[in-house]
Amino acid sequence: MRHGSYRFVASFLAIPLALYAIFVISPFAQAFYYSLTNWTGVSPKFEFVGLDNFKTLTHDAVFRKALGNNVILLIGVPLLVILLALIFAYLLNVGGRSNSAGVQGVRGNGFYKLAFFLPQVLSVPVIAVIWSVVMTSTDNGLANTVTRKLGLGTSQFLANPDIALYCVMWVMIWGSVGFYLVLFNAAMSGIPKDIFEAAIIDGASRLSTFFRITIPLLWDTIQTSWVYLAILALDAYALVAVMTAGPGGPDNSTQVMALQIADNGFKFGRAGYASAMGVVLFFLTLIIAAVMLRATRRDRIEY
Amino acid sequence: MTTPHNLSRRLFLQRAAVGTLLATGGSTLLAACASGSDDSASGGGGADKTAENPFGVKSADPLDVVIFKGGYGDEYAKFHESLYKKKFPESTIKHTGTTEITPQLQPRFNGGNPPDVIDNSGAKLLPVSTLASSGQLADLTSLFDASSIDDANVKVKDSIEPITLEAADLGGKPLVLNYVLTVYGLWYDKKTFAEKGWEPAKTWADFLTLCETIKKSGMAPLAHQGKYPYYIGQVLLDMAVKHGGQDVIKAIDSLEPNAWMHPSIKAAAEALLELKKKGYIMQGTEGLDHIQSQTAWNQGKAAFIPSGSWLENEQKPVAPKDFETTVTFTPLLDGAKLPVECTEISAGEGFIVPEKAKNKAGGLEYLRIMMSKEGAGKFTELTGSPTVVKGAAEGLKLSPGASSSGALLKSGGENNWSTYFASWYSTMNDPMYSIVGELVAARITSDEFQKRAQKLADDTAKDPKTVKRTRS
Repeated sequence: MRHGSYRFVASFLAIPLALYAIFVISPFAQAFYYSLTNWTGVSPKFEFVGLDNFKTLTHDAVFRKALGNNVILLIGVPLLVILLALIFAYLLNVGGRSNSAGVQGVRGNGFYKLAFFLPQVLSVPVIAVIWSVVMTSTDNGLANTVTRKLGLGTSQFLANPDIALYCVMWVMIWGSVGFYLVLFNAAMSGIPKDIFEAAIIDGASRLSTFFRITIPLLWDTIQTSWVYLAILALDAYALVAVMTAGPGGPDNSTQVMALQIADNGFKFGRAGYASAMGVVLFFLTLIIAAVMLRATRRDRIEY
Repeated sequence: MTTPHNLSRRLFLQRAAVGTLLATGGSTLLAACASGSDDSASGGGGADKTAENPFGVKSADPLDVVIFKGGYGDEYAKFHESLYKKKFPESTIKHTGTTEITPQLQPRFNGGNPPDVIDNSGAKLLPVSTLASSGQLADLTSLFDASSIDDANVKVKDSIEPITLEAADLGGKPLVLNYVLTVYGLWYDKKTFAEKGWEPAKTWADFLTLCETIKKSGMAPLAHQGKYPYYIGQVLLDMAVKHGGQDVIKAIDSLEPNAWMHPSIKAAAEALLELKKKGYIMQGTEGLDHIQSQTAWNQGKAAFIPSGSWLENEQKPVAPKDFETTVTFTPLLDGAKLPVECTEISAGEGFIVPEKAKNKAGGLEYLRIMMSKEGAGKFTELTGSPTVVKGAAEGLKLSPGASSSGALLKSGGENNWSTYFASWYSTMNDPMYSIVGELVAARITSDEFQKRAQKLADDTAKDPKTVKRTRS
């Protein structure tokens, strides 16, 4: 009996676990190993060099710049995406007038949901190309024409090292809000409407229902979103590679770790060094995810 | 119930994971890890070496050719393959045309079964300096010393432009055949210039006057591919080399101390800053890529744009029908050592034969066939670009771009110069042109530019992973 069920369950798990082992675990393990070698990426021969790659990494100015940019994205992207998505989702759910039928969302919320979700359907390079055309640096670019007509002057956007990173950040936010809006929206519809109605009858304002009912009841979802968005912000490769000069931006202003990994691994013939960067990124992601989940842990509220 | 009673879920998953790891992952880790194994291959050949067949190619050996299918397409390669097939009728040729050179070939190099001929070009080209230093490229000495196809009394190396031999050299041995000859310069529309009565300027003062005239007509005097500052960087280097002589670029390529601190570099940097400050550079060009900026140039928004002789072919789809793409030299700064009529040239589109190719002899023979007048002439005919083979384009009807770059190549003669640091030291290439980008946007001064460029060069020279090379 015991033997039989082993075999039964194993037969279901074997294929997915094998795929996971081959395509996830094994590349990870290999990257750890290669990070200790001087492998070029194009030769079967290489030597073991110990922690040399990591030592070089500590005084690599470009990598440090990339790390700094990733940290800026790490702070900005999750914060703004979650904030915007929460506000929009709240408005769509309970932002409308309340009448005898109870609390409602704003009018046409189905349309808004669709409109906000649309960027999620587009692939990242498409989004990158669209926005780099919008943010053309010449005075007759799309965004510049609008800002000029509004009397706000013009900007070089991605060609200006002072704001290039924030342009990329904006595109990341624009592309992500829709998904989290739909996610929060679904979570919010799970909250019984009578809780809101009871609060409103008791004289609670919209603002205090948002902070005292919606956010606490959504905490688990927000926490998970935060971790996902942090991982997204630690990557940012595709947007930076397609949109910015170089790529990596004027004067490395949009340089990110993932881009450095790709450059070292495929352009410079330093796969061992790139693997070391990958290992650093791996641990950073792990630590950040763990810290975020710990720091934001609260008691779950049952309803 | 199907839940095993004596087995916690966690324990079960652990066992299952270990089991699969042992069964599949273990062998994958050992046998098929990304770096592969080090098998040596035979290298083909073995037939009698004759004047007709200097590498002893066995007629029946298959040939595996991988071509970068970019701006030049791969039709020309199919023609070269047909020539090979004519010579070795029993062979079978595997042709691959792709833009994904590194993604496709990296695993094959690591697995020890690379193809026999590779056109290593494009954005995803293999890092050739790394391949060279790890001994993975075939020595082309025997190829260059073999007699040419067209004339048994002339060696291959005497039938091609001398720059090819210089460009082939990676660490003392010729390892790459750079097939296409590229001429760099400032490009303009001859028709517009004729209509407006403008003439490309020879001196810096004349160039500034011309820019003022062009600007007054409502056109921007100069556009550049700001997203890739490499292009305007060639103008900077060209003006510096013509001002200070070939030693300037040789010192830079050899990573000599203070090579970038040379007064000629400063003079050229100051010149570019002057253009920016006087408003002669097209507004916003710093954020445009090559397609956007070159299209703007084709639309008459700018008079000059820097590029190489591939430009005409690249712009064919968007250029107006009567647009006469023409190249001219960069203007001469005061006190220059070289004459104005010379320019930067390069031998590009690097063909390599892997050391471990199954049919190395066939690969070498294929390159020899490419360098026949028939093979090279067909290339120029199909792509509009000259090759390094001397006289192969004779008798062909050339476009305005091709004939003007041919004329510039000829007028420069011995004074035409080349640079190699970008390909020799791959880690220095992008960062250097990023600094150039800062300069032409006038965000840094010429002094800061020189300091930062020099620091990058010094760091590259100090880097133990970089193989330093010197130019003679």
